[in-house]
Amino acid sequence: MRRALGGLTLVLLGLTVYLGLVVTPPRPDQGGEAVRLLYVHVPAAWIAYLAFGVTAVASILWLVPRTRRAEWDLLAGASAEVGVVFAGLMLVTGSIWGKPTWGTWWEWDARLTSAAILFFLYLGYLALRRTGATAAERGTRCAVAALVAAADIPIVHFSVSWWQTLHQDATVFNRDLDVKISGSMALALVCGVVAYTLAYAWLVLTRLEVAQLEEGREERALAQAIAERTAAGTVTA
Amino acid sequence: MSLGRDAVLVAAKDLRIEARSRVALQQIVPFGTVIVILFAFALDADRDLLRRTAPGLFWTAVLLAALLAVGRSAGVEEANRARDGLRLSGLDGAAVFLGKAGAVAVELVVFEVVLGAAVVIMYGVTVHGILVMVCAALAATVGIAAVGTVYAVLAGGLRARETLVPLLVLPAVTPVMLGATRSFEAALGLSAVDGWAWVQLLAAYAVLAVVAGVIGFGPLLEES
Repeated sequence: MRRALGGLTLVLLGLTVYLGLVVTPPRPDQGGEAVRLLYVHVPAAWIAYLAFGVTAVASILWLVPRTRRAEWDLLAGASAEVGVVFAGLMLVTGSIWGKPTWGTWWEWDARLTSAAILFFLYLGYLALRRTGATAAERGTRCAVAALVAAADIPIVHFSVSWWQTLHQDATVFNRDLDVKISGSMALALVCGVVAYTLAYAWLVLTRLEVAQLEEGREERALAQAIAERTAAGTVTA
Repeated sequence: MSLGRDAVLVAAKDLRIEARSRVALQQIVPFGTVIVILFAFALDADRDLLRRTAPGLFWTAVLLAALLAVGRSAGVEEANRARDGLRLSGLDGAAVFLGKAGAVAVELVVFEVVLGAAVVIMYGVTVHGILVMVCAALAATVGIAAVGTVYAVLAGGLRARETLVPLLVLPAVTPVMLGATRSFEAALGLSAVDGWAWVQLLAAYAVLAVVAGVIGFGPLLEES
């Protein structure tokens, strides 16, 4: 099942590359060839928000006693890990696109700035997950941290946009990130979004399995040690 | 016992510890003043530049001091397993949160007064709107203290707590940094923006942070 998903993801990613690099035209008004970054940038942004949304929902499911299961904690972590990778990809591709289009690698644009803060919020969350606490110790702390981060996203976004609107200085470049989409460009974009969503699902499923193996290894090692000691005790007795 | 009285009890305990250990007074306050001097070195003692950037520099120093204050606030519960005592005391988690965050807020207000005096003297700023400034400072301080206290207890007992707390707290308090700096700029007559609008944002943030702490602190104290 997961293998089929992986295969389909690879095919669609290949198709996105073909559509993005060969079929779609360059756009002189939007950074020329750099507009092709859109087919990576937009899907990456979508996956980042999807992943952090999944983390928030899984954290709530962990916190509610009736639905508490170890899998929700692991899913929250797996999704956040994948989300941070895609958020990083979104920032890097946005920056590379900004250089030819705006003339700078970084612009204190509201969307760019709040995306960067989002990235660091979840980097902190991942650091918290990796502090070596046991699963039981970790679950509630991480779930609360994920929810605080999720609640912070709209406030950060609002304050940064407000800062930008109050701070309108004369800019020579176009702050507008929106590119008019048509024909083959729309097709490439949709293909990219679908491919990235499948890639996200595959990565999270794989990460979840690895996390479960990690959790299980310790328990199995303990059970084995106990079994060995018991067996040794039976022989001597 | 009522929530308010329990909170005052916890806050008084923390403030008493600070008053007796004198760490806040003898280390955190001088630390803030050194930062004010360091900024002058970094920006080459250009009075005009220092005056214009004073709000941002002030709040950067406050955030750094806040990290130390919440670190200490969590640290006193870890020494001698005081956290277990707090858990067994029968105090409501919400009251413990309000008390600890309140104590951090009081310490920060004292720090801000001293730091503010240093900034006025050394950077040569003149205050135009004292009321906006006081309201912005109070709302921002409550927000920072509440978020910092939640994250400090969240990281409590973990290894690498000292390095983890800044990474968790600083991105989360970016709206406070924005709001406090902008309203201070308005209060110092450095920009024409409406300082009160930012005070409203700071107040909304403070309310949300306190509510999050009141809800989340109990379970965190029990499980961590």
